[in-house]
Amino acid sequence: MLGKDLLGLWDTSAEDILLILDTAVGMKKLLTQNLKKLPHLQGRTVTTLFYENSTRTRCSFELAAKYLGAGTVNISASSSSVQKGETLIDTGKTLDAMKNDVIVIRHPMGGAPRLLAENVKASVVNGGDGMNEHPTQALLDFYTMREKFGSFKGVKVAILGDIKHSRVAKSNLFGLTKLGADVTMYSPATLMPQGIDRMGAKIARSREEALAGANVVMGLRIQLERMHGGLFPSLSEYAKYYGVSEEHLKLADRDCIVMHPGPVNRGVEFTTAVIDGENSEINEQVLNGVAVRMALLFLLCKNRQGGNESA
Amino acid sequence: MAERILMDGAAIARTLTRLSHEVIEKNKGTEGLCLIGIKRRGEIVAERIAALLQKGYGVQVPCAGIDIGMYRDDLVSGYFVPDAHVNRLGFAIDGKKVVLCDDVLHTGRTVRAAIEAIFDLGRPASVRLLVLADRGGRQMPVCADLVGKNIPTSSSEWLDVRFAELEGEDSLGIRRTDETDNENF
Repeated sequence: MLGKDLLGLWDTSAEDILLILDTAVGMKKLLTQNLKKLPHLQGRTVTTLFYENSTRTRCSFELAAKYLGAGTVNISASSSSVQKGETLIDTGKTLDAMKNDVIVIRHPMGGAPRLLAENVKASVVNGGDGMNEHPTQALLDFYTMREKFGSFKGVKVAILGDIKHSRVAKSNLFGLTKLGADVTMYSPATLMPQGIDRMGAKIARSREEALAGANVVMGLRIQLERMHGGLFPSLSEYAKYYGVSEEHLKLADRDCIVMHPGPVNRGVEFTTAVIDGENSEINEQVLNGVAVRMALLFLLCKNRQGGNESA
Repeated sequence: MAERILMDGAAIARTLTRLSHEVIEKNKGTEGLCLIGIKRRGEIVAERIAALLQKGYGVQVPCAGIDIGMYRDDLVSGYFVPDAHVNRLGFAIDGKKVVLCDDVLHTGRTVRAAIEAIFDLGRPASVRLLVLADRGGRQMPVCADLVGKNIPTSSSEWLDVRFAELEGEDSLGIRRTDETDNENF
């Protein structure tokens, strides 16, 4: 069963992943009816501790917590004591002392959530750490895929874009291989991390090979803020040789779904026609994100009976 | 265990007919009256009463079902996600005289939840409770205003209500159960 924290899908079992997805089904059913007032986290506090910018992940977690009745606190590194030099562990212990129950952390360095989790009583959820993992994004991707295809066995997932800097790609890979899906990746060689094929990904040699017969076409944002020059000539050249247009999408399965974790660079990873096309599940992903995060907070807090004291 | 039939279709029909007249008697007419049935079987009771009022008095009394899933008192203690539906009655209940309908009254927890659900939808002038059967065993300060049949039971007995809409026939039976008191709702 799910432990105190959710740090990544690398060390989360297929059973736990499916438990979260199953729980999210009930949550989504309530959300789609605009029923957003469950009592399970009443009296608990969820803090989002973000050392990097975010719109949807932070908002999604905050709403999920609120829909379950929790109180929420948002801390941005740019406007907190982090600016005065407070260490991550000290920040975590301060939150513990205030009887906080869950910390959702986003940090530019891989492994930061684990360091925090080992030093606080609160449950820690990884909201994205450096180039390592973004487990809740992958979970909502899985939810979206399962809703469409029913299961993961043999589902062909093509992931295109900035694999190297993408924590979404890694969490998806770790989870999807456990669930029995086939993962194919394609990107400029400079944006493909070495050794990813040994972790279960098939690396395509061309855009056409990656897309052929794919059930899921997932685009990843080109993360210019993590690039320090020279990885590819220009965005327009990337769009021309690596982007996906409606024409390219015809190579994929007719009933394929188009996914993107957002934010999207329109006209780079996907053309606008693909983003807004009928195969696109990009907006549905956002709704599923709230349901999945509700399910995760629901399950993590179930293991926290008695509150902070007994943790 | 073998089930004993306490009410057959004819008995249920007679009882519902009497209850429909009692509704009018209590409310001194049909002015401002509306029926709300607790899903699913209470909704059927409400629909039957509404049909009888239409037949006997020629009036169309507003009638709807209400889902109490989001209002159960064991959501946290039982720690589950309710399979609930949003409540849209199709008529306003502010200032109305609500007759809340259910098939069996037992612990009173369902009724408590239903009252909370009703007050999320508006402020009725009054809420009365109509039940086909009252089996006793109250855990809440709840009392029915209109009772079809009083059937005192022990916690190891269970009432089965069947309606033509769901099971193809109307009947009410009693049986012994091994699992005691596990179904408060």
